Amino acid sequence: MSARDEMLARIRRARGDASEGPPVPGSYRVAGEHAPGSDAVVAQLVDRLEDYRATVVRAGGDDVAIGAAVAAALAGRGIHEVVHAPGVPDAWVRGVHVARSDDGTASARDLDAVPAVVTGSVAAVSETGTIALDGGPLCGRRALSLVPDTHVCVVRVQDVVQTVPEGLGRLDPTRPTTLISGPSATSDIELSRVEGVHGPRTLVVVLAG
Amino acid sequence: MSTFLGMPQGRVPGPAADTAVGQLTGDRPFPAAARDALGNTQLRRNLAHATSTIRAKRAAVVGEVPDWEALREAGSAIKADTMARLPELLEQLEANVTARGGTVHWARDAAEANRIVLDLVRATGENEVVKVKSMATQEIGLNEALEGAGITAHETDLAELIVQLGHDKPSHILVPAIHRGRSEIREIFAREMPGVDPGLTDEPAVLAAAARTHLREVFLRAKVAVSGANFGVAETGTLTVVESEGNGRMCLTLPETLITVMGIEKVVPTWRDLEVFLQLLPRSSTGERMNPYTSSWAGVTPGDGPQEFHLVLLDNGRTRALADDLGRTALHCIRCSACLNVCPVYERTGGHAYGSVYPGPIGAVLTPFLTGITGGSDPNDSLPYASSLCGACYDVCPVKINIPDLLVELRAEHTEAHAARHRLPTSEAAAMKAAAWVMADPKRFARVGRAATRGRHGIRQGKPVLPLPPPLSGWTASRDVPSPPAETFRDWWARTRGDRP
Amino acid sequence: MRIALFVTCLGDVLFPDVARATVAVLERLGHDVVFPEAQTCCGQMHTNTGYQHDAVGLVRHHVDVFEQAMARGCEAVVAPSGSCVGSVRHQHAAVARRSGDEALAVRAEAVAARTFELSELLVDVLGVTDVGAAYPHRVTYHPTCHSLRLLGVGDRPLQLLRAVRGIDLVELPAADSCCGFGGTFSVKNADTSTAMLADKMSAVLATDAEVVTAGDASCLMHIGGGLSRLRTGVRPVHLAEILASTA
Repeated sequence: MSARDEMLARIRRARGDASEGPPVPGSYRVAGEHAPGSDAVVAQLVDRLEDYRATVVRAGGDDVAIGAAVAAALAGRGIHEVVHAPGVPDAWVRGVHVARSDDGTASARDLDAVPAVVTGSVAAVSETGTIALDGGPLCGRRALSLVPDTHVCVVRVQDVVQTVPEGLGRLDPTRPTTLISGPSATSDIELSRVEGVHGPRTLVVVLAG
Repeated sequence: MSTFLGMPQGRVPGPAADTAVGQLTGDRPFPAAARDALGNTQLRRNLAHATSTIRAKRAAVVGEVPDWEALREAGSAIKADTMARLPELLEQLEANVTARGGTVHWARDAAEANRIVLDLVRATGENEVVKVKSMATQEIGLNEALEGAGITAHETDLAELIVQLGHDKPSHILVPAIHRGRSEIREIFAREMPGVDPGLTDEPAVLAAAARTHLREVFLRAKVAVSGANFGVAETGTLTVVESEGNGRMCLTLPETLITVMGIEKVVPTWRDLEVFLQLLPRSSTGERMNPYTSSWAGVTPGDGPQEFHLVLLDNGRTRALADDLGRTALHCIRCSACLNVCPVYERTGGHAYGSVYPGPIGAVLTPFLTGITGGSDPNDSLPYASSLCGACYDVCPVKINIPDLLVELRAEHTEAHAARHRLPTSEAAAMKAAAWVMADPKRFARVGRAATRGRHGIRQGKPVLPLPPPLSGWTASRDVPSPPAETFRDWWARTRGDRP
Repeated sequence: MRIALFVTCLGDVLFPDVARATVAVLERLGHDVVFPEAQTCCGQMHTNTGYQHDAVGLVRHHVDVFEQAMARGCEAVVAPSGSCVGSVRHQHAAVARRSGDEALAVRAEAVAARTFELSELLVDVLGVTDVGAAYPHRVTYHPTCHSLRLLGVGDRPLQLLRAVRGIDLVELPAADSCCGFGGTFSVKNADTSTAMLADKMSAVLATDAEVVTAGDASCLMHIGGGLSRLRTGVRPVHLAEILASTA
């Protein structure tokens, strides 16, 4: 008997007669009390992001305003070269001296030599200060937003929801997805949180709209 | 079968995990191992500091969730439903992972899982792998199996790295190096980390930066990664890993081949179920509203991440636990470690005393359910007694595992297994039987109570005149004994209320 | 109200003053206390140490005795012990079910539904917080684990203590940490138990209290035994004794 068949047989014998568990109570909150994109959720998102040491920059909703905010954030850090997700509008990176669109050919080592990355995002959850990237053109492949040490991520206010269920509801589970809540961190030394380990040590969120 | 009295009719437990492979058992019973830990003041200080820090953080972020109890109820129900439909859900997970370009393997036990992973690594021709912190691979002793075959396994989680460089064992589910303080970690890094700056300080930020530098090159060159999984979604074939440092993302994203080892109990029915667990887990675990990074992937995505993906589904005693109504609930565990952090026993002994990679309250139940209770001298037989049954673990468990009830059940299974294996009862069993006989009858009980009052002359200044034998001497070593009263309550009642001569 | 006293085996044999104090408080409030003399022990020690087979008979006996008391007009059963009430309410039916005796389990549930720990009975059932006690001492209260977490008595004991005249009630640091008793845990894992006790004693001593009180004689025996060994002079006094005091 194959390991598969034997394990499934074991599980069936241990489980007993086919059954269903108790009904899952749906009494937890799915939607928050504030509408997506409302001032309340945006304010909460800013508060939670900053609490976990992300930098938040507010910008207007048009691409030019976003581009100005991106350029200022990078220049303020002395960064003049970025790689960006292929779906990022040119206007977002027009103010950066060297901006390369990712065509998927750069190796991890190549990406390691680039100081910053600019991506968009597909959703954000205010209660947890979480930003979702789905591997699509606006967010880029996962390595892109991981290897460079500074990640500038544009979040549109209309994509900001209050709760985790609302946020996950906007994602496609078959896509390679990354949920980001602040810069990389560790609590492994005496359980004190330290920001900045392997992922980008600097996370700048440009909140647009 | 006496060890499965609580088991519903018609259910057959799978085989117990083999304790010879992997790390599910120690070499001494808990009380003996605990004694050493209790004598180590540095360890006690590290643990007290770390657990009190995390307790306060958890309490603060749980307190801000208005529907926390509803989420716990939902988490518990989803897990119960999962166990009830486990074979169907695993088949669905397998079908979806396969449809999206992954390969699913089934491992009956630790040795088989190690063999599968080893063969997969060998097939790549590589001689090193990067690893994401994973309880399942620790449980099966994968690193040792790989090392034995000449393959280097790089632990990339900071705490795991501290443990690996320190030639140590993990002592906590979430923070395997919780028993180490910053100065000890500095020493380990200075001694064991190749090329480390000798001027390294013991600031956590400096130590974390040293780990970043040390592992960067490893991440950039690694071709094979091994991970665990926090959740596997049956309806979509999506695997999820929850982490903080980005080492997980590095491993899950940069290599060409990814091998994920997942216990069969980690499957969940739907993507929507994660909306419950992704709220429960980080707040219970690190005391954060959300952990910095959560990665999800389904099979293989062209142009993004590893182009070869293997999922190894592990039994290793889980079907043994599954057959038992209470043991099944131990499989609900999402490895948050909140129960460790609140446990007054764990806080004082640390994780090594438990012998298993699963320490603390959940380990004291999960480990014996996986390996079986022998009724003999197996160290795991001592685990269910490593608790004062204070119940703090149950209060914080995000999926409401009633750990005190499980401990009580395992104690019963232990005494029953012992009775089944031995002709003579233990002195404790004989004493319990005698006590039950006395207490079954009010007249006998009254007589014995009266005799106890006469025994009060045998106690002077809180100490018995004649030394007590073990285990009762364990009481008198640190506590005085109360002097029995001149009269029992029932005698006083009879005398003053005159109901009875 | 007619109330049956469940004295507990430990209360009967080692701490009769606690049981007498329980009777005194309830009688002072005008209630009729009955002591079913056939009672022995709830079997908690057996259950928690792994001897559920031996506990079944004790559960059956307990259910027989208090069912009869209820049949004779007792509306409630009270015990000055969170732990023993916890066993009745949380374990009795489970022990019966595990032994395959569903009928006993159902009867045990009926008895459990009418069984209360002293502070629950006073505050919830009888609706009293001021029992007319006076106790001019500096006191700190340790919430025992089973009253706190198994029964969820919350601040009921504190409500009762705050109403005691002359009392100087001081908060115990890390009050909800286990004292380390845990029944046979205290001898099977004596070293760990003692380490827990040491921290509890430090907390008690930090309050400068003369008296440490709790709703369980067993935990008090443990804490008091340690305090006495160290000759600290801090006395363990059960909640019922403070509530009975009119000094």
